[in-house]
Amino acid sequence: MRNMWIIAQREYKHYFVSPIAYVIMFTILVIVGIIFALNIWQASQPIVMYSPYVPDVSIITGPMLFMFIFSIPALTMRLLADEHRTGTLELLLTAPLRDWELVAGKWLGSFLFVLTLIVLSLLYPLILHLLIEPGLDLGVLLTNYLGMILISAALLAIGVGISAMFSNQIAAFFTTLVVLVVLWFLIGAPADILPRLGDFFRYIDLRDRFYNSMAMGVLNLSDIVYPLTLLVLGLFLGTLTIEVRRWQ
Amino acid sequence: MIRVNGLTKDYGARRAIENLTFEARQGEILGFLGPNGAGKTTTMRILSGYMPPTAGSAQVAGYDIISESLEVRRRVGYLPETVPLYNDMTVFDYLKFMADLRHLPRAEDRVDTVLDMVGLIERADGYIGNLSKGMRQRVGLAQALLHRPEVLILDEPTIGLDPAQVVEVRNLIRELGKERTVLLSTHILSEAQQICDRVVIINKGRIVAEDSPENLQARLSGAQRVSLRVRGESDELVEKIAAIPGVQEVIALPEGVLEFQHAPGQDVRPEVARTIVRANYDLLEMQPVGMSLEEIFLELTGKKRK
Ligand SMILES: Nc1ncnc2c1ncn2[C@@H]1O[C@H](COP(=O)(O)OP(=O)(O)OP(=O)(O)O)[C@@H](O)[C@H]1O
Ligand SMILES: [Mg+2]
Repeated sequence: MRNMWIIAQREYKHYFVSPIAYVIMFTILVIVGIIFALNIWQASQPIVMYSPYVPDVSIITGPMLFMFIFSIPALTMRLLADEHRTGTLELLLTAPLRDWELVAGKWLGSFLFVLTLIVLSLLYPLILHLLIEPGLDLGVLLTNYLGMILISAALLAIGVGISAMFSNQIAAFFTTLVVLVVLWFLIGAPADILPRLGDFFRYIDLRDRFYNSMAMGVLNLSDIVYPLTLLVLGLFLGTLTIEVRRWQ
Repeated sequence: MIRVNGLTKDYGARRAIENLTFEARQGEILGFLGPNGAGKTTTMRILSGYMPPTAGSAQVAGYDIISESLEVRRRVGYLPETVPLYNDMTVFDYLKFMADLRHLPRAEDRVDTVLDMVGLIERADGYIGNLSKGMRQRVGLAQALLHRPEVLILDEPTIGLDPAQVVEVRNLIRELGKERTVLLSTHILSEAQQICDRVVIINKGRIVAEDSPENLQARLSGAQRVSLRVRGESDELVEKIAAIPGVQEVIALPEGVLEFQHAPGQDVRPEVARTIVRANYDLLEMQPVGMSLEEIFLELTGKKRK
């Protein structure tokens, strides 16, 4: 555990010396801010035909998750691939820490960075809370943010696992991107085509889970279990890859 | 203590080392001598816990390298051949990070101590990426010393250092080797002779010889070659020198250089010198020719040089 924390700390600090991480953080906060402002502006227009539009938290968490799909690959790509490319993996693999501690530490570092970003984004719900009557439903706010945290944690773990398989960051980036796009946008599609497996595909459809339950303030046990399963799977994949690489 | 038993490693179809068996006792500096591709790095990577062997076993500091890898890694200081380092960290931060991974108490003080040992204290706050090759080598060495390891595994520790630093690092290793077990690899026979208590010579993944430097020297002295130079051409001297008892294989080379080999234990140099002077030549220099590693292996494996 302590080793995991030591690895995580180094990675967390590293994000703040790398321009990519700053660009990602800045871009996400600005774009979410713009979308947020547009929604507020729209809600403030005089009602003509529709029932009054009251923005909720998902105008913030939805776009953020969408942008996570494209930025998480950039945050995780170098974590293990670069250690492999530069040979520094030899230092870590001959230091007294377990392979899983290394992989989990890398994940934790990236997760703490995304968590920082998520905490900063709380500014928007706070503004929203002050703007609308009677204020935000705190339960819905909580499940939205919990969903966003769980999903990003799982996606980061997948990115770390994939980074372990490459010694080239760019290859790790694109592979992770493809996997995340499939997991977020495409995996639910067969649900309507294959009636017999529909329930299964609905179960593993992260986006469906987010929008149709957590974003609405509902929290099923499986909404927590499924992202955690992905998280463990990603870290397991990374650890296994490191172990296999030792054996060549 | 290092005990290696029948160690074998295959990279895919290529066998890098085969059935290595040797031992290094506590307080002993064991030299691992061999040419490129002999399998030195492969063996050291296995002993440092980086990768498991294909077959065979080894104990380092009393623990099995496969089943008790973490215990081994806690007790081993390892300097990898390529000296991988984080270029975007400062020397101090890097060593602090490695010290933290080893859970060292008062890590900062310890980092200062090892930086002092390798003479890098004034570069502590500089970025590793800006260091010279020799300085990187010393950062790697500092890292290996952080936790006062029982066993030190150093893969070509003096490569890339300037002559003054080579002497310094050799002295440091000798000092460290008093209570610890040190395994170090090198291409340089004289280095092995200078600092090692015992030398294991490997070639193409197999042990060719294992002995003290003195005994190895004795076994090799049979192959002593001497090179000399006279003013003018040396062609006419060949016959005269070849006639001296004990002299073998006299070859005349351009610019008055002449090489010959002499029989084991027989120093023919005075007689050679007298012969040259008597023949009215000016003897300009005469010196033993160091053997190349290749020649040493041929000699030790009993194959005759062409
Ligand atoms: N990762 C690897 N994959 C495949 N073959 C390898 C690998 N590492 C080493 N080898 C091969 O194993 C053999 C032994 O290599 P090794 O690096 O152990 O030699 P060495 O004695 O350290 O040589 P040098 O003096 O050049 O450092 C060589 O034939 C080398 O090509
Ligand atoms: Mg080598």
